[in-house]
Order: sequence, then C-alpha cells, then structure tokens
Amino acid sequence: MSSEIITSVLFLAVVALTIGITLWASRQTVGTTDYYSGGRSFSGLQNGLAISGDYMSAASFLGISGLIALNGYDGFLYSIGFLVAWLVALLLVAELLRNSGRYTMADQLAYRMRQRPVRTAAATSTVVVSIFYLLAQMVGAGTLVALLLGVDSGVLKNLTIVVVGALMIFYVTVGGMKGTTWVQIVKAVLLMSGTVLITVLVMAQFGFNLSELLGAARDNSGEPGFLDPGLVYGTDLLAKVDFISLGLALILGTAGLPHILIRFYTVPTSRDARTSVLWAITLIGAFYLMTLALGFGAAALLDTSTLDASGNLASPRLAEAVGGGEGTIGGAVLLALISAVAFATILAVVAGLTLTSASSVAHDLYANVIKKGEVTEKQEVRMARVAAFGIGAVAILLSIFAQNLNIAFLVALAFAVAASANLPSLIYNLFWRRFNTRGATWGIYGGLLASVVLVFLSPVVSGAETALFPGSDWSIFPLSNPGIISIPFGFLCGYLGTVTSRDPEAEARYDELEVRSLTGAGAEVAVRH
Amino acid sequence: MAEKITPKQHNVYEQIHAGDDFQELRKRYRAFAIPWTVAFMVWYLLYVLASSFATDLMSTRLVGNINVALVFGLLQFVSTFGIAWLYSRHANKELDPIAGRLQAQYDEEVGR
Repeated sequence: MSSEIITSVLFLAVVALTIGITLWASRQTVGTTDYYSGGRSFSGLQNGLAISGDYMSAASFLGISGLIALNGYDGFLYSIGFLVAWLVALLLVAELLRNSGRYTMADQLAYRMRQRPVRTAAATSTVVVSIFYLLAQMVGAGTLVALLLGVDSGVLKNLTIVVVGALMIFYVTVGGMKGTTWVQIVKAVLLMSGTVLITVLVMAQFGFNLSELLGAARDNSGEPGFLDPGLVYGTDLLAKVDFISLGLALILGTAGLPHILIRFYTVPTSRDARTSVLWAITLIGAFYLMTLALGFGAAALLDTSTLDASGNLASPRLAEAVGGGEGTIGGAVLLALISAVAFATILAVVAGLTLTSASSVAHDLYANVIKKGEVTEKQEVRMARVAAFGIGAVAILLSIFAQNLNIAFLVALAFAVAASANLPSLIYNLFWRRFNTRGATWGIYGGLLASVVLVFLSPVVSGAETALFPGSDWSIFPLSNPGIISIPFGFLCGYLGTVTSRDPEAEARYDELEVRSLTGAGAEVAVRH
Repeated sequence: MAEKITPKQHNVYEQIHAGDDFQELRKRYRAFAIPWTVAFMVWYLLYVLASSFATDLMSTRLVGNINVALVFGLLQFVSTFGIAWLYSRHANKELDPIAGRLQAQYDEEVGR
C-alpha cells in the first residue's frame, strides 16, 4: 500500500472524527454563553489541552522543526520565545481576564470604558490578527497537502484551501466553542502522541544520547557552526537587532492573541484558568523540548538539501525515515500518521481563529456597537454564525490569492500586531486607574497601524529577493520584525491618549474592576444544562 | 457608556475595595507578579542578547557536543516551569483563601 493511500485514509478519519464531535457539540449549544464560551464548563486540564491545541499551530509543528533542521540552533530560539511567553499570560493576564470579561477581549475594556469606541477598536485588531494567522494556516495547508501527495498543482492547493475552509466554517457555525474546543483537545492529544513517538524513535537511533544526536546533525549538515547561535541571525548588527525585535514580539504577543485570550472564558473560575495555563505550559514546554529531537533528528538523518526551502516537510520526512525509510511499510505508515497529525493541527487552529473573529464581530460590533445591547441571545448567536460564514469565505478567497506569502512571516506579523495593539491596553486597563477610553483606542489603533505599516515598508514586502514584490523597492524600514519599534509605540500611544483626556467614569470604576478581577466577585459563572 | 451595574453592586464593590482584606490581597498579588515578571523578562532578554552578541561564549562546549547555548536555552525551560510552579503555590496558599472570602462576602450581600 502506498503512502498516499494511507495518508488519504487517515486524513478522512481525522475529518470524520472532528465532524462527529461537532455534531455532538451542536446539540449542547443553546445560548450565547454556550456558543462563545462552551458554557464555561470545561475543566482546567481540558482547557489546558485545548489551549495547547489552539497555540501549537502548523507553524510550530512543521515550521520550527524545519527551521532547526535547516538553520540549526537559531531555530530553537523560536521554541524558547513561544514558551517563556506563557509566563506573561499566567502572571498578568489569564485569571484577571477570566474574572473581568465575558466573551471577547473587548469585554474587559468595555467594563469601565465607553463601549462603542473601545469595542470597535478591539474588534478591528481581533479580526486583523486572526486573519493574518488564518492565512498562514490555510496557505500552509495547501502547500502541505500538495507536497505530501507529490503533486505541485495550483488546482490541488486551491482545492485543499477550500476544503479546509469549508470544514472550519462547519465546525464553528455548527459546533460553536464547545465543538471547537473538543476538536482542539483531540488535536492536542494526537500532536503530543505523534511527537513523542517520533522523538523516541529518533533518540533510539542515537542510544538516547543527546550529544551524539547533535554531533550527527552537525556533521550531516556540513556546517561547523550548526549547533551555535548566529547562523541566520548573527550575520551583521541589523540581523541581530531584527532578532531581538522578533524575540520581543514572541514573548509579548502570546498574551495578546485574541484566540488564546477567549479560551480563558471557557472554564468556571479563575482558579481553573490558572490550572489551564499550568497544563498548557507543561504540554507546550514538553512539545518544544521535543522540537530539538525533531529538528536536529531531521538534520542528522535526512539530506536536508532535498527538503523544501522553508523546511516544512522536515517532520513528515523524518517520520518516514525513522519508520524504515522510503518504500517501506513502516515508513509509509509513519509518514501518513504525522501528515494526518499536521492536518488535524491546521484544522483545530483555523477553527479557533474563525470562532474568535466571529465572536468579536457578533458580540462587539453587532450586539453592542450597532444594536447597543438591544438584542436577544438568539439573534446574537445567529449573527455569530453568519459572521463565521463570512469570515471563513473571506479567508478562503484571500488564501487563494495569497499563496506565495511566506507562512512564518504571517505568523510573526500576527504576533507583532498582538503585542503592539492588544497587550498595552490589556495591561494598562488592569494596572492603571487613570487609563481611559481615548488611551485604549489610541493604543490599539496606534500599535496596529505601526506594526502593519512598518512591515509594509520592510524588506519582507519589497526590495529583497524573498520579498512579496521582489521587483519593486520601497523598503525604507530595514527590519523584518517591527516589534522593537511598534510595541513601545503601542504603549506610548496608550499613554498619550490617556494623559490628554479625562474619563471620570472609567477612573471611578477602576475600584470595581480591581475587586472583580482579583477576587472573582460578580464574575461570569458556568451554565448548567 | 460602560457596562451597567446596580447601585447595590457598586456599593459592595467599593466596600470590599476599602477593606483591609482586599488591600492585603492586592499587595500579595502584586508583590509576586511584578518582580517575577521583571525577573523572567530580564533573564529572557539576557539570553536573547547573549545569543546575538556573545556568540563565542555561547559556542563554548561543555560536555561532548553540548554547548553553553544549549544549556542556557534549556535553563529557560527550567526557569519557566519553576516560576509557573512557584506562582501556583503562592496563589493557592496566599491569594485563593482571601479571594474566596471576599467573593463569598459579595455573593451574600448582593444576594444571588
């Protein structure tokens, strides 16, 4: 049996399983709390798994191991940033947000600010961050399937994007948060199991000796400095500053990613939110440690010059190699297995992102800005489903036109926008009494504009061989990662907006927000069916 | 307008905010969260800067093919797990009892 057939069977199994889960979840989704927050009835462990499933995207599973396989130690720097970032979420955001918000990121600001301006701003940045992230996943899915089936056809890529898009619309419109969460839990279990299996098989080849694995990776790569930092990011001062900028966006972006933030609302109490982050740190930490085995294993065992330029196929090809190599049954089975895991990974992440944007459009823009809160739960949920359909359709269209975009760039941009636009307002709102409506809107729009404009003016978009428009050059900003400028700029805008205006109500209600966020008094409770 | 609450709820929030219990809770939370956030940020930035500017030191081999860079990177994992564990212990012992008490007080007075 060929690998393509096994792969197809496993892909269909993943699809069937997730459709089953979604149909089951739809029967338990009645009101808005069910639709947006899964009834707040998930346990800390379940939500920890779902957070891991939402967070460990194809970019980390395929992307980071590919980066390590191609660039050695420098790829590992991503793993560390993506993990340490969780301490920001644990210490400063998760519990306070769970206690003070309801369904979306904007709720926590709207508690003491003027609703319409802050909800509009927060919904805008939620949709922008989610769309960038969504494009990365969908373009990745198209490329992955084409590479796995060994057919480099534009039609197949487009077909994959449409199928992934249709599935995600189905999960989100039908299953709501409950369905999406269970898809993410299943994906997390599959991803962890697959990664542990490959790690053990790789390490077994080197007598479970890390030093030997590393030595073999260096020798096979033919690069003497393969295990040292600086292969990619150490060439000149500009590259080093770019790396520091990336490092900042990685650790400050996670706690501002809307699809991660709304996961904290799916548990009954802030204590469960804490437990879920602790589980997420454990699982994500274990996973990123294993990227060492996957990445260096691929460098040691594969001829990396035959991989695609971004290294996205390193993990699937490594699985094939440790299963017995090309043409063997073991190799074919493991290749198919890891490919199916990657496919499940993409499905779970796109569902989370679509749900997040749809929730924000329905709850923030429709229910509170346009209808000023005069809507029934039924109308709001119907709007969320319509929005999920619309956002899914837009994402499919954009992905078809954006096929040549670099995936890592889209993800890095999403992190930079999240860190520059969302984090400043979240932190100011919780820790600064004087913070007000103008500060929040200036902070969000300022950080959002700064990061998008700087990327547009960077060598990622024009002026370099690898750029989006390699033929033209308007790159007046030399860094690929805008964070080092745009994050401080977001904080500065939030500060300036605040000190140039007064909002007595926002200040007066800070006491309430503080009590509510720290004690959970008056916080939203779980739904009982 | 901001989210509406009843005058009764407002009064209970203000009353809790003015009490010693809440001031102690906030002090304990901030005394942990703020210094530790500064600490792990500095520790992480130190790692990022060392990876960029102290490549010779980072490339020094310790045992076999294990170099300083790898050990420094793995220590970031250790510190992340360690701080998460310390916070969880702190929150369970020092924060949750007070928060639970104040929450019960709120529920009793607002009545739900």
